[in-house]
Amino acid sequence: MKSAVIVFPGSNRERDMLTALEKITGTKPLAVWHAETELPKVDLVVLPGGFSYGDYLRTGAIAARAPIMADVKKKADSGVHVLGVCNGFQMLCESGLLPGILMRNNHLKFVCRHVKLETANADTAFTNKYTQGEVWRCPVAHGDGNYFTDAETLARLEGENRVTFRYAEGTNPNGSLNDIAGIINARGNVMGLMPHPENEIEELNGGIEGRALFESLLETVA
Amino acid sequence: MSANNIEITPALIAEHGLKPDEYQRILTLIGRVPTLTELGIFSAMWNEHCSYKSSKKWLRTLPTTGPRVICGPGENAGVVDIGDGQAIVFKMESHNHPSYIEPHQGAATGVGGILRDVFTMGARPIAALNALRFGAPEHHRTRHVVSGVVAGVGGYGNSFGVPTIGGEVNFDESYNGNCLVNAFAAGLADADKIFYSQAKGIGLPIVYLGSKTGRDGIHGATMASAEFDQDTEEKRPTVQIGDPFSEKLLLEACLELMQTGAVIAIQDMGAAGLTCSAVEMGAKGDLGVELNLDLVPCRETGMSAYEMMLSESQERMLMVLDPAKEAQAEAVFRKWHLDFAVIGKTTNDLRFRIYRHNELMADLPIKELGDQAPEYDRPWVATPKPAMIAASDAPAPNDITQTLAQIIGLPDMCSRRWVWEQYDHLIQGNTAIGPGGDAAVIRIDEGPKALAFTLDVSPRYCFADPEEGGKQAVAECWRNLTAVGAEPLAITDNLNFGNPEKPEIMGQFVGCIKGIGAACTALDFPVVSGNVSLYNETNGTGILPTPAIGAVGLLPDIAMRTTIGFKKAGDAIIVIGDTKGHLGQSIYVRDILGRRAPDAPPPVDLAIERRNGDFVRSEIRARNVNAVHDISDGGLLVALAEMALAGGIGASFAAPQDIATHAWAFGEDQGRYIATLPESEADGLLARARKAGIPAARIGFTGGSELTLAGSAPISLAQLTKIHEGWFPAYMAGPDLLDA
Repeated sequence: MKSAVIVFPGSNRERDMLTALEKITGTKPLAVWHAETELPKVDLVVLPGGFSYGDYLRTGAIAARAPIMADVKKKADSGVHVLGVCNGFQMLCESGLLPGILMRNNHLKFVCRHVKLETANADTAFTNKYTQGEVWRCPVAHGDGNYFTDAETLARLEGENRVTFRYAEGTNPNGSLNDIAGIINARGNVMGLMPHPENEIEELNGGIEGRALFESLLETVA
Repeated sequence: MSANNIEITPALIAEHGLKPDEYQRILTLIGRVPTLTELGIFSAMWNEHCSYKSSKKWLRTLPTTGPRVICGPGENAGVVDIGDGQAIVFKMESHNHPSYIEPHQGAATGVGGILRDVFTMGARPIAALNALRFGAPEHHRTRHVVSGVVAGVGGYGNSFGVPTIGGEVNFDESYNGNCLVNAFAAGLADADKIFYSQAKGIGLPIVYLGSKTGRDGIHGATMASAEFDQDTEEKRPTVQIGDPFSEKLLLEACLELMQTGAVIAIQDMGAAGLTCSAVEMGAKGDLGVELNLDLVPCRETGMSAYEMMLSESQERMLMVLDPAKEAQAEAVFRKWHLDFAVIGKTTNDLRFRIYRHNELMADLPIKELGDQAPEYDRPWVATPKPAMIAASDAPAPNDITQTLAQIIGLPDMCSRRWVWEQYDHLIQGNTAIGPGGDAAVIRIDEGPKALAFTLDVSPRYCFADPEEGGKQAVAECWRNLTAVGAEPLAITDNLNFGNPEKPEIMGQFVGCIKGIGAACTALDFPVVSGNVSLYNETNGTGILPTPAIGAVGLLPDIAMRTTIGFKKAGDAIIVIGDTKGHLGQSIYVRDILGRRAPDAPPPVDLAIERRNGDFVRSEIRARNVNAVHDISDGGLLVALAEMALAGGIGASFAAPQDIATHAWAFGEDQGRYIATLPESEADGLLARARKAGIPAARIGFTGGSELTLAGSAPISLAQLTKIHEGWFPAYMAGPDLLDA
């Protein structure tokens, strides 16, 4: 599986993502600078975590308008898989590739801890290596992870089974609606999530349950 | 119009923090009355913060060399060889005064400053820690300061992208008007690619890089060298504003630029900004420096030479570049959207010349600015040696277990989760042991090597007996590193004290330095970098002497690490080291009995410390033990409870008969560890300890979901967890008392 990780000024988990992709897929991903206007031919595009442009406007809002994003949208429209993690999820929402918005955590503080995630839809390209309803451990690290959208969109997301991950066992760290941790687009090729599966991939991390996300992609995408 | 030649009055001199005799020294040095800009430059270079004028004499007594030391004190940070061509670059620095005035920005820029110190030397930061000390919880300003400082530390480090993996948080009324924010950072570099501040070559371009210069932080270093009074809150304009986003760009740009070979010398603009960095580069290289301030990128208009030379705007660097690679260097900085401007050149005449609007604003001898700074041998009186107390002098509690529960819920002893969950401690994916253990452990790249980090000091010990307290701070760090299986390498010190012009405060400083020096020598644990923060006083009352120590250790294989949590039920619990039951200055005596008397703190026997530690480390590395925790604040039972809570497994244990139980439980004797291992292997460990001449005793075994001391009612881990985790969130959720 060939993948590209977009690097924005202020991205800071792009190295974690590059490392995880290489370790799990066996192929070194490309790092693509935000100022580029065209993506190389890849099977997966990743928008990594961090504080793009310092997140001095709404989180992800400036990055969503970066030069490379036009091509990211074009590639997404053509069916290429796009994954946004944390700041990347925020960019996907800000760019309109996913509905809704990530607001400040309800307790107004940054939070870094391990939470429990429930795989709410194991039938996607990003989640098929999990079992439906499986509860697994994953870290979060964000100040703005409080997912919100209007009632109509929420009903559609739930009705179309587009919530991929939910915070489980009372571990919602941010006040997110319906405990939403990750969602996918209608076509099933663009997913965003707040937690960091790329930091839960080896013994050192205290768990390896994040691997399944990348393994899912490896099996279905490439 | 130029305000450079205004009359230099005694009042103006005093406003610049210069004493009359210091001003006289300036007159003698330059042979004329200084211009205003020159006066500003002298005040910046000669204040306590930059010149170490009260502390230098004593700092020279510390051991700073060792087989692994690549660069000791005097550069931006210390550099230590960790083998395989790699080096760890680290330092700790205070940002106390700004953090009290404006907690969020003060703490944030403290973190920014120390990160910059590290990557200026060519290292990519891999770990940040911080030692925080706040006023009494009930003081009206404490909650506001805690909340702002923690948010500031987190806000900067999280955005920058370095894992913040540990540190200390303590409360004491002596910090009511003067909190301590000591930020530590460590970075990884190739041992043969360390960058220094010494300029080389005549006529080479001096380049300004990073963010623009504004009026923020003017005279920050002078402010940080004065005591606080009622008007302190009016000093807010001297606090700088941090921009972690720019810092992250600066990091990437600097590291990229360093790879091109264009960088001859580099110095970050920290305290006293452009002045300090330019003088340091020139003076170290025996070169003059000429700057044209019209070329400095400014974000405000109409800034005077005086303002520009003293601005402490953040995220700025000064470099001497190879002219042949200037264009290449500029391209790197443009790519990262950072300012890049040639603002001057090196010269051969050892003068520091500043031009603004084609006018010479300052013309000073560059070497003398640093070298001829006043140096004081301040009078000092030794703190009287305190008396030891016997266990019988400290009444026993009615119930040991209930007292334990009380202790682990104290402000100084409860869980710091509320704090460290606001820090991204997982970024970079190499965190093997995060906050909450004896030392944090970060894997180096793909391993198997790893580094351990810890910060420690017990200010109440230092107050009672500065020399023993200084020893203890170093020994405790050494012990923390040992407890995770690491070989202690070197330390950085952050010496926070009151007003050195008072002989008893100076005596605390001298005593602590003596203790630190003795421990570093005995433990082969050199000081490679550090920072001194004096005048930590408000309305004439000093803080507890707080020489915070930051230490780094090496694990050859990450798989060797141990953590504090019990691993399984049925393991034997062994206490290694001698428990005499020393209660003087213990948490039990201070917080449970409420006794704040000048009792002696636990003495540190450095030979025993080393012997016990080397034994424990060898047991860890031989994989004979599966959990280890050093015994420190609160004593044996607190350490045991922490192990149980971390592992989610209870324990049953018994106190020996030959010592008062409360002294056994809560005494703070040094050089001790608790270890667990399978019951069947316990005799082997005890025999090896006996052979090494080390006291070791089996006190019980792990298992169940309670802590049970023979003869006392058990307490459930659930209840202990609630108490241990409860205090901090409950305290912080309380009403804002700032305006009460």
